[in-house]
Amino acid sequence: MPQIKCTDLSLGYGSQQILSDLSFEVNAGEYLCIVGENGSGKTTLMKTLLGLQKPLGGSIEFGDGVTSRTIGYLPQQTDVQRDFPASVQEIVLSGCLGRDGFRPFYNKDDKALAQNAMERMNIVDLSRRCYRELSGGQQQRVLLARALCATEKILLLDEPVAGLDPKVTLEMYELIESLNKNDRVTIIMISHDIDKALRYATHILHIGNELFFGTREEYLTQREKGKGDA
Amino acid sequence: MDLFTTLSFYMSKPFVVNALIVGVLIALCSSLLGVTLVLKRYSFIGDGLSHVAFGAMAIAAVLGLTNNMPLVLTITVVCAVLLLRMGKNAKIKGDAAVAMISVGALAIGYLLMNIFNTGSSNLSGDVCSTLFGSTSILTLSTFDVWMCVILSVIVVVFFVLFYNRIFSVTFDENFARATGQRAGLYNLLIAIVIAVIIVISMQLVGSLLISALVIFPALSAMRVFKSFKSVTICAAIVSVVCALIGLFTSILAGTPVGSTIVAADIVVFFLFYIIGAVTKRNA
Repeated sequence: MPQIKCTDLSLGYGSQQILSDLSFEVNAGEYLCIVGENGSGKTTLMKTLLGLQKPLGGSIEFGDGVTSRTIGYLPQQTDVQRDFPASVQEIVLSGCLGRDGFRPFYNKDDKALAQNAMERMNIVDLSRRCYRELSGGQQQRVLLARALCATEKILLLDEPVAGLDPKVTLEMYELIESLNKNDRVTIIMISHDIDKALRYATHILHIGNELFFGTREEYLTQREKGKGDA
Repeated sequence: MDLFTTLSFYMSKPFVVNALIVGVLIALCSSLLGVTLVLKRYSFIGDGLSHVAFGAMAIAAVLGLTNNMPLVLTITVVCAVLLLRMGKNAKIKGDAAVAMISVGALAIGYLLMNIFNTGSSNLSGDVCSTLFGSTSILTLSTFDVWMCVILSVIVVVFFVLFYNRIFSVTFDENFARATGQRAGLYNLLIAIVIAVIIVISMQLVGSLLISALVIFPALSAMRVFKSFKSVTICAAIVSVVCALIGLFTSILAGTPVGSTIVAADIVVFFLFYIIGAVTKRNA
């Protein structure tokens, strides 16, 4: 049973439709890259998967223990966050709140979970540091650790390497790959960089002018064919 | 009389003690949500609501209510909820809606006070004291004091219980929503609490100066401290200390209470600004 199955999805805001007839599925342990031109609706698709906005049509089904509420999310950074006075530990712990219901304070389990997430992201020594003073790569690790507190099953990453330098970008990709390979976390990533996407992903979803969904190999063959025709 | 005997003379008066209790509580409450307001770009909503509270005061005065707090509180809370909803379904953009409601309330309030001016010869004095705060803090009724104590306790309890949630929706609302936290509900609660804070603060500094009470301590603390918890605690301490300095100064020097407190807040802000700049350079 797939973790997420989208059928004939159409997306947009109000009466403006950006995408239609979108069908794809994501199974446990896969690494799906969503690529497409700017403005093709990548972020809209992600917001819809997260339940932040409703699809205009079609359906999204969740299975295998996943719901729209148990998806970890690595958002693009906002202006608010760049100026936010918060310690790394406070931010990572806040990932636990979704499971806490109305319990007002963090308990031992929450703290252990946060500690574990920080260890895996290699940011334990930063835990008392101020978020806004960290480098871009460190900030992304903090947000990844927070997402891991929210879920162990599936992570949605929105342009996780935007604005990072090449060395840190590579480290980030390797970190995500190890989450996927070693911890069996399903990854859905929005990316600009189609070459990098092809290197790490198991499946590709291309949206925009041409709609494509399939495995990496299928995508490569189709691309070769396309080149041959031209 | 030297300073000490003057102070102890005033401290023996129950109305001064009342004013100090209320002043400290208001300062504490107003500072708590300051960080959230500043970072969520809600500070303009706070400003708008304070004008609404002024309009509501005018209505209460026209109706000749002796205890205007319940009415003012209800109207302000309703407007807080409306403003929050408007911000969402952006037919009229959030900031324009705030401007509309706040300036409208201000105008209608003054108009009502003029039309129904029942013999009070000092209308502009009344208006001025509602806008800038007055000595009314020194003439609080027992009802006002108790109302203020109860509302302050509610605000503080809310803040402590929801502290982690407030942090979460302030830092990253989308993440909170996506991982199953009820961000909409928390936003609503925050808006209501802001309205409550504004209504009780009005007695201390008047409706035009409330935003200063909310925003200055948070901004000061943010210059120096780096975690949400330390910023919140520091803002609360700064706010209470400034309120006490302002209250004592105004008692001793006869200056208006509200503006003296805000002046103290401004001085502290610049102190913290300098401390922040110096420590950053040395770090």
